[in-house]
Amino acid sequence: GQFGLGRAALPEEVAAWDHDISPDGTGLPVGSGSVEDGEMVFSENCAICHGEFAEGVDNWPKLAGGMDTLDRKDPLKTVGSYWPYLSTTYDYVRRSMPFGAAQTMSDDDVYAIVAYILYSNDLVEDDFVLSNENFLEVQMPNAEGFIVDDREESEKHFWTEPCMENCKEHEVKITMRAAVLDVTPDHGGEDMAEEAAAEPAAEPAKEEAAAEPAKEEAKQEAALDPALVEAGEKVFKKCKSCHQVGDGAKNKTGPQLNHVMGRVLGAEDGFKYSKTMKEMGEAGTVWNDETMHAFLTKPKDFVSKTKMSFAGLKSDEDIAAVIAYLKSHSQ
Amino acid sequence: ATPDPLITEKQSWAMGTGDGVDATPYGLPIQYEGDVIRRNVEWLTADTISSINFSPIHALDGTITPQGCAFERHHSGAIELKKEDYRLMINGLVDQELIFTYEDLERFPRVNKTFFLECAANTGMEWAGAQLNGAQFTHGMIHNMEYTGVSLRTLLEEAGLGKAGDLKDKWIYVEGADASSNGRSIPMEKALDDVMIAFKANGEALRKEHGYPVRLVVPGWEGNMWVKWLRRIEVTDQAVESREETSKYTDTLENGTSRKWTWVMDAKSVVTSPSPQSPIKHGHGPLVITGLAWSGRGAITRVDVSKDGGKTWETARLANPGQPMALTRFYLDTTWTGEEMLLQSRAMDETGYVQPTKHMLREVRGENSIYHNNCIQTWWVKANGEAENVEVS
Repeated sequence: GQFGLGRAALPEEVAAWDHDISPDGTGLPVGSGSVEDGEMVFSENCAICHGEFAEGVDNWPKLAGGMDTLDRKDPLKTVGSYWPYLSTTYDYVRRSMPFGAAQTMSDDDVYAIVAYILYSNDLVEDDFVLSNENFLEVQMPNAEGFIVDDREESEKHFWTEPCMENCKEHEVKITMRAAVLDVTPDHGGEDMAEEAAAEPAAEPAKEEAAAEPAKEEAKQEAALDPALVEAGEKVFKKCKSCHQVGDGAKNKTGPQLNHVMGRVLGAEDGFKYSKTMKEMGEAGTVWNDETMHAFLTKPKDFVSKTKMSFAGLKSDEDIAAVIAYLKSHSQ
Repeated sequence: ATPDPLITEKQSWAMGTGDGVDATPYGLPIQYEGDVIRRNVEWLTADTISSINFSPIHALDGTITPQGCAFERHHSGAIELKKEDYRLMINGLVDQELIFTYEDLERFPRVNKTFFLECAANTGMEWAGAQLNGAQFTHGMIHNMEYTGVSLRTLLEEAGLGKAGDLKDKWIYVEGADASSNGRSIPMEKALDDVMIAFKANGEALRKEHGYPVRLVVPGWEGNMWVKWLRRIEVTDQAVESREETSKYTDTLENGTSRKWTWVMDAKSVVTSPSPQSPIKHGHGPLVITGLAWSGRGAITRVDVSKDGGKTWETARLANPGQPMALTRFYLDTTWTGEEMLLQSRAMDETGYVQPTKHMLREVRGENSIYHNNCIQTWWVKANGEAENVEVS
């Protein structure tokens, strides 16, 4: 080049990053996966957000269904009803899923997941095996449903000489008001800010914990290193997509984690744990330094079949910090 | 009249001393401006990590958005990536596939340009009707910053485009270093025109939430293409059709067909004050009506304001001549005597495009587009000075 800056990219480096897959199959890795395997892999890694049948949980994307809804009010856009190319599904799952543990799946597992998503959209049979060889044979229902941006043609009349006087013959009337809907979080004005500041801080629901076996142990651990807790709060960002902790924490994709330290496994009310997590708790296993450390190192080794898709924390320091942070919410 | 004690009595700030120069090595807004912040709408998304917040445009003036309150949109959260750990790869149909460090990028000839970045979904919640009550929420997925960086053309030419052959049907595919990667395909013509690799905004390093240390700047085109934490640029012979350009950022029309590759942001404007979060608090008499206008096709040439819901219009004053693909501030210096107003603004750009009404947009696109809603906004200003987001006949 003219400036002679940068260095040549090595083939291994390009191979490590160049993962995009095009509609014609360019970039697909060699491999295969069945609907049957996909059902299991999906259940373990994806179902927590997308539902066992890819039907979606809460506000997380629905991956199946919605056929023939695109021309109706509030269309349901799923892989089956909307996505024009199957390559997009493979590309996206392999590079970005599962949420919080991206790029941890094998290529065959990704084929299996894609096969299962196709199956949950009734696009293939239950004995189907997807591979790089038959990939392009799958027909996507909405493949022909797209046109290239035509605004300069279909909206040509927006290029015009604007009207200045008597632009509406009828009397101008209000036809809809946002205040009636009342979905604005807070009005964000000065008055609202003052109001919010004047409100007493919400009482943390700490009393409930009294009945739990947590109390004893939590007391002993009272003297926490504030620097470690603070470091743990940072590491906990990795957990936040699924877990809440602190005032008003609720079960989300994962259980809320107030008072988790010292509690038996699988004991948070209203959360649907994996069978193994539940059984370990019933057998008396308690979350303490040792068990939490083991779990956070490699979740699936400590609780086989845990629903938690997180791959684990690599550094012991991070683990110790998160444990301290969780303890600070267990007192 | 009674003498004003703020004047006639000695005030503490005039007698004692204030903070020393070491009080805030990196300054923050004074406490009295604590409500001028980004806000999010909890019910919009499943989680704040893959979500969006909104710039407080109702409380800002001028055109430059301070980084600290410029809206954020992440697909897998804002990552922390050190300059030392930063690498940019150029690969694909180039003569020499290259790796750049952050330092390498700083040694190329530099450019400075101011551009707006608007999320394609800005105003997207308003397709089916007036929904969110505040300019921050209806129009706050926008910011406008002065970027410093290198032109993408310089980098592509450094790698050499000979191997790509005829550039007319070639593309680049750009992706970020975060888990979402947020990959997008951009036609070569745009890539060689005005796209930038930016490392500074408003004079200082990019913020983490805006892609530190390096992001792509794609002037006038939807924000999703401005890939943050940019790690790879691939020259390709086709569009990759990634998730972000097929399942998202495509616009479904009434008949169920969807437009794709709708990259350019149409001309648009909004009155930022008065507005629901910025009511008229003073009495009758002089009133400054102000707002922002922008177009992805070029410079704003004119903004008209209506007080009667679009029956009659008067042309507002542009604070400065419109700059291509950058925010333009407009003012209408007027007199208010307590009458109700149905306030609207209407932008025109240098191509002659006129911002359409909601009705005109729905006629062509229906109500399911989600993206690219550039309709004329109406605020109902009441006799007490309060304002509300409404739709009019």
